[in-house]
Amino acid sequence: MIAVIDYGSGNLKSVELALRHLDACFKITSDSKVVAASEKVIFPGVGEARHAMNILRATHLDEALCDFAASGRVLLGICLGCQIVANHTEEHDTDLLGLLPWDVRRFSTSDGLKVPQIGWNTVIHDSSLLFEDVSPESSFYFDHSYYLPLCLADGTDSPWVAGRSEYGVPFAAAIHKDNIWATQFHPEKSGPRGLQVLRNFVERIV
Amino acid sequence: MFQKRIIICLDVRDGKTTKGIRFEGNADVGDPVEMAERYYRQGVDELVFYDITASSERRGIMIDVVRRVAERIFIPFCVGGGIASVDDMSEVIMAGAEKVSVNSAAVRNPVIIEDGASRYGSQCIVLGMDVAADESKSSGYGVFVDGGRVKTGRDMLEWAKEAENRGIGEIVLNSIDTDGTQEGYELHATCILSETVGVPVVASGGAGKPEHIAEVLGIGKADAALIASMVHYGNYTIAQIKREVAASGIPIRQN
Repeated sequence: MIAVIDYGSGNLKSVELALRHLDACFKITSDSKVVAASEKVIFPGVGEARHAMNILRATHLDEALCDFAASGRVLLGICLGCQIVANHTEEHDTDLLGLLPWDVRRFSTSDGLKVPQIGWNTVIHDSSLLFEDVSPESSFYFDHSYYLPLCLADGTDSPWVAGRSEYGVPFAAAIHKDNIWATQFHPEKSGPRGLQVLRNFVERIV
Repeated sequence: MFQKRIIICLDVRDGKTTKGIRFEGNADVGDPVEMAERYYRQGVDELVFYDITASSERRGIMIDVVRRVAERIFIPFCVGGGIASVDDMSEVIMAGAEKVSVNSAAVRNPVIIEDGASRYGSQCIVLGMDVAADESKSSGYGVFVDGGRVKTGRDMLEWAKEAENRGIGEIVLNSIDTDGTQEGYELHATCILSETVGVPVVASGGAGKPEHIAEVLGIGKADAALIASMVHYGNYTIAQIKREVAASGIPIRQN
C-alpha cells in the first residue's frame, strides 16, 4: 500500500484521481502510524514550505517520513515534495527534512522571467526507472517559484539529478538517491507521459 | 525549453458548452466532458471552464462537470464563473480543478484574492479580467464586470497590479472588443499588461487562425493563449494549431 501524505494544505485531489486511474493501491493519510506501516510513500504538494513543515512537525510526520526513508522503502516527492527532502529553502528561510544536503532557491525575476514558472518545460532525464518508457526529452507540467539547483549546498555538482530542465537557470526537474525519488514537475498533471512516470513509481520501483 | 501554452476555453451553461460573440448570442456546441477529453487526447496544454449559468442553484451541475472532467483528463484545468467566496473556490478545487478564476467578485471584494491565495497558494488563484478600450483610462483600457456588461471605472493596469500585490498567480485578459470575432487578439493591451506584471498573462478573445496565436505569444508577449471558437467549430485541430504556431518560432509543446 502507498501512503499519500495529507499535510492539510494544497490539493491532493489530482494525485488521488491519477492514482485511481492507474488502479494503484493507496491511502491518503496524515497518520504517522499508517506511514510507518506502508510500503511506499508519495509526498504530493503544492503549498508553502514553512506552513507545510510546521504541520509536519506538529503531527510528527517529519520523524515518520525520515524514519520511513531510513528504512530503505521508496518515497516519491512531487513539487513541494521534491523540495521538502532537501536541507533548507529560501522560502521564508525554512529548514526542511534534511534527507539530502541540498538548498532550495527562488527563481530570480531580474531578467524579466515570470515567477512562478507555470507551464510545460522539457526535461532531459537519465533513463532511470522513473522514466522507463518515457522518451528522452519529454515535456512536463511545472508550477513553482522555488527550485533545486544542479549543485549541492557545498557547491559541488549534485550526483542525484535524475532529470534536468531550465528556466532562466538550469535546475533539477527530477532527483534520485537510493530509495528517494522526486519530481519538481507534476506527473499527475502532465498528460500520458506524466501518468507513465507515476505508473513507473507504482509498478516498477520497489 | 519552457513552452508557451495553448489553452482551450469552454463556456458552460446548464451543463453544455456554449459560445457567443462579443459576450452575447450564445449557442450550444457540445458536452463539456466529452469535448475536454477530446482536446486532452489531441494534446492541448490546459483547459478553462467558465460557468456562465446565471443562477446559483444550478451550480451543482457545474460541480458535477468538474468532477467528471477531473476523472478523465490529467492536465491542469481552471474553473471560473460566479466564484464569490473561498467556499466557492473550495468546492471546485475539491471537485478536482487545479485552479480557480475570480473576476467580478474580486473587483467588488479584492480581499477574496488574499483569502484564496493564503488557503490554496497563489498558483491556484487566477484573475479573469474583462477589458475594453476606454480613452479616459491612463492605460487606454477599462475593466468591466458581470460578463462585460458593467463598467467599473477601474484602469486595467492599476487593477492588475493591485491584484498581483494581493497574491494572484496568473491573469487571463479577456478583450470584450475582440471576443468571438476570430479576427485576432487585442495585442496592445496584452503586451502592456504582460510588461507590467510579474505573473504569467493569458491572452483571450479573438483567435481565429494560428497566426493570431503566434502574434499574441510573440509581439503580444503573452505567456499563454486562450482559444475557443477556432477549435469548437472544427475549423482546426490542436495538433494543426501547435504545428503552425511552432513553425513561426514560438516554443510550443509538441509531445
